[in-house]
Amino acid sequence: MNGPHDLGGKMGFGPVLPEADEPWFHAPWEARALGVVLACGALGRWNLDESRHARECLPPATYYAASYYEIWIRALEVLLTRHGLVTPDELAMGHAPEGPADARRLSAERVPAVLARGGPCDRQVDKAPRFAAGQRVRAKNAHPRGHTRLPIYLAGKQGVIDSDHGGFVLPDSNAHGLGETPQRLYTVVFDAAEVWGADSEPGLTISADLWEGYLDHA
Amino acid sequence: MPHDHDNHLDPMDARVRALETILTRKGLIETAAVDAIIETYAEKVGPQNGASVVARAWTDPAFAEWLERDATAAVASMGFTGRQGEHVRAVFNTPDQHHVIVCTLCSCYPWSLLGLPPVWYKSPAYRSRVVIEPRAVLAEFGLNLPEGTKLRVWDSTAELRYLVVPMRPEGTEGWSAAQLAELVTRESMIGTGLARVPA
Repeated sequence: MNGPHDLGGKMGFGPVLPEADEPWFHAPWEARALGVVLACGALGRWNLDESRHARECLPPATYYAASYYEIWIRALEVLLTRHGLVTPDELAMGHAPEGPADARRLSAERVPAVLARGGPCDRQVDKAPRFAAGQRVRAKNAHPRGHTRLPIYLAGKQGVIDSDHGGFVLPDSNAHGLGETPQRLYTVVFDAAEVWGADSEPGLTISADLWEGYLDHA
Repeated sequence: MPHDHDNHLDPMDARVRALETILTRKGLIETAAVDAIIETYAEKVGPQNGASVVARAWTDPAFAEWLERDATAAVASMGFTGRQGEHVRAVFNTPDQHHVIVCTLCSCYPWSLLGLPPVWYKSPAYRSRVVIEPRAVLAEFGLNLPEGTKLRVWDSTAELRYLVVPMRPEGTEGWSAAQLAELVTRESMIGTGLARVPA
């Protein structure tokens, strides 16, 4: 979706402000937010693609006004209610009745193993690759209403296949509960002049990792 | 966008407290597990992981070749696996080519190698600008590259996580990997900085 998250090339956000000796968290609630979001993810009711989509579906004004952990928490509230784990009333009241432990509740003992395993997304794809390194391709001029990982600034642009990474879970379906439907993933390199026009920085190239279905032969 | 990090009336504080209480009461999360997650990222995982990978690549050509060919396996051999580092690619800076990493769509970042991302990496300013005017962005970090150096910006749009291997500073001949790792900054592994030059 052409949501507020799709930021490449947008203007008006001001300077980048690196912070010297930046702490891991800027407030205690940010640390709790990280822990709560990851612990809820371990319940297995949704996947990372659905989480990303919940974040990018926040209204643009909310998204831009929020810190990143606030975006995470707002999206988590959406996911918890969507999957019936918490009711809107409970969120509004800030109170809920006690319940039995969920079968998949993450215990402290399991945390190291769960974090060390992560969630590998590579999958076997037997279909022969449509593209090979060095071939020219064009990213589709596509504007799906749902989740996608084709940034809008690359839609319709021509590039060159750099590498083929084999099959990966397709976020476009996985975010919507429509299965992993893995496709081959390629790194594609674009010249800045193709993406940004004649005034672009000389010598600049941009690469992105794009699924086979995002691409056509050029 | 600036955020007031010192506001004691921060409504997010109350919001997250209430949410955590609800989830705990409903049996969905365990306080000790939340604590363990926080402890992992506050104390165990951080840019020292990536720095040890870079320093080893500087001192061990066979490892550097492995890192270039199959970074996932190479970093796993050093114990660096896991969430937001399941699939890794390392890109090597040269005098002619400088690499910079971004995720324009969210804030994908190699957690297992660099820890949690800094606020600037997640900011709309960085994510929007570094793909269109990287030299101006790098200048805001105090990094002014020679005109002849070409820039490649890697937009982490999928589940590959990128590690920039900066160039080894001159004047470090004979240094051990442990000494060299001290020169490898987080910014140098994202591409918004260079490795430190020895004093």
